[in-house]
Amino acid sequence: MIKKRLFMQKMCFSFLRMAVLINGAALAVILYFILSRGWRAISWEFLTQAPRDSMTAGGILPCIVGTISLCLITTFVALPIGVASAIYLNEYATQGKLVRIIRLGINNLAGVPSIVFGLFGLAFFCIVLKMGVSVAAGGLTLGIMTLPVIIGASEEALKSVPNTYREASLAMGATKWQTIRRVILPVAFPGIITGSILGLSRAAGETAPIMYTGAVFFTPDLPTSIFDEVMALPYHIYVLATAGTNIEATRHLQYGTALVLIVLVLGMNLFAIILRSKMRKKLRI
Amino acid sequence: MESNIKMRTENLDFFYRNFQALHHISIEFVQNRVTALIGPSGCGKSTYLRCLNRMNDLIPGITVKGKALLDNQDIYDPSIDVVTLRRRVGMVFQKPNPFPKSIFENIAYGLKVNGVKDKAKITQIVEKSLKQAAIWDEVKYRINESALGLSGGQQQRLCIARALAVDPEVLLMDEPASALDPIATQKIEELIGKLSSKLTIIIVTHNMQQAARVSDRTAFFYMGKLVEINDTDTLFTKPGLKQTEDYITGRFG
Ligand SMILES: Nc1ncnc2c1ncn2[C@@H]1O[C@H](COP(=O)(O)OP(=O)(O)OP(=O)(O)O)[C@@H](O)[C@H]1O
Ligand SMILES: [Mg+2]
Repeated sequence: MIKKRLFMQKMCFSFLRMAVLINGAALAVILYFILSRGWRAISWEFLTQAPRDSMTAGGILPCIVGTISLCLITTFVALPIGVASAIYLNEYATQGKLVRIIRLGINNLAGVPSIVFGLFGLAFFCIVLKMGVSVAAGGLTLGIMTLPVIIGASEEALKSVPNTYREASLAMGATKWQTIRRVILPVAFPGIITGSILGLSRAAGETAPIMYTGAVFFTPDLPTSIFDEVMALPYHIYVLATAGTNIEATRHLQYGTALVLIVLVLGMNLFAIILRSKMRKKLRI
Repeated sequence: MESNIKMRTENLDFFYRNFQALHHISIEFVQNRVTALIGPSGCGKSTYLRCLNRMNDLIPGITVKGKALLDNQDIYDPSIDVVTLRRRVGMVFQKPNPFPKSIFENIAYGLKVNGVKDKAKITQIVEKSLKQAAIWDEVKYRINESALGLSGGQQQRLCIARALAVDPEVLLMDEPASALDPIATQKIEELIGKLSSKLTIIIVTHNMQQAARVSDRTAFFYMGKLVEINDTDTLFTKPGLKQTEDYITGRFG
């Protein structure tokens, strides 16, 4: 009997371990693939110059700047609205039918394909609101796409704050808002920020939502206002790999751009992790 | 005599949706006296206690009928400001629940949310409250360290200090010592004795000896009803009803 149970346990552990290994292996393979082919493209010039010679030479500075500006707009739009929605849904709204329907809506929003967001952004921001193809329109489109992720992460973080904190605060004559502002948010903050950064880093790598709304094939100029069009890393990869003047000759540039994008995204994630552990330490929980 | 009644309920009924948890509870709480609420688990002691500072308002689907009065003012009257009520009627919970902040910030919190800005005044009240709760000597050299680093008994005294900082008139305590060892319990009991010269205290306890030691009056609850209330000495030596006697002598079944 004992033997059988131990065998079962071993089996299950092996299976779980395998699952983790496959996960790690996939990441390692992708990283190795891109690193080994891309690192040669990386140079000071590559990072600080605009593309030249029909994008077969030169650098990708406009793409880096473009992606970062899109990301900033996305953050400014999605973070406050997302966190505010989560606070409302979790702390203020009476949990009932209406809230359930709103939640359902948010969850469905998360399932909408990114190309649909792109088309929506084109129709609404670029055409109806007359923003044209611009950082603003692209950032807003990405922002709407990221909202459900931020709301979800923030709600999770708020839910994990023990109710005893709320009770203790209210029992001392604090208002609901004071309780949220001074007790709940500081405790939930690390979770909110980490979840949100993960969502934003996902948005940084998206192509479909920005290819009609914010990103263009080529522009050597850096944006000077939020109504300028930009180049963006993921779209640049797509363009070089499918529609460039010489696809084979720019392979190293494609891998180099992918490497920069991955470093940017992993950097954001790393930043989120460090920030969280710092804040956890400060709260001492 | 009437003016000595700090708080009272008249025919208080309480419902969790369709379930009636309290039936016609009428109790008078005399100023600067300790009243103990005893009774078997699930009889409604906590529910009753939480009616007195309207903590139950947080639970969806509740109904309150009858009256609960603080200084002759109905606390369920729509004109009553719940926030002010809760400042006047403080609460200490069963499980110590300090905020994940420093010891100082835990005590200062109630002052800050109630609009006290003067730093010197805050520091002074923090010290006074910690002394009142008999924990000052243990924490004075680590006042800026996290409150979560304290022991359970220290945390509970910190929570009492925190409740005292906003200068409540009534203090509700829901089994404040049930998670503590005998020494910490004794400290809390001594504390209750001292505090009762300044506040009206209502304490829920499962411990008969504790009720006998700390309280002036004792109310016995059973199945959402108030069975008997009397001076603690009388209730424990000459209970009026068989039911009460069975419970306090442990022959309950
Ligand atoms: N949030 C709630 N929703 C529905 N019913 C509840 C709720 N809280 C308590 N009750 C019910 O109300 C009754 C009284 O509960 P209460 O917590 O007041 O008992 P108690 O006397 O404090 O018990 P204990 O000594 O175990 O703490 C119980 O039957 C309980 O199941
Ligand atoms: Mg209880």
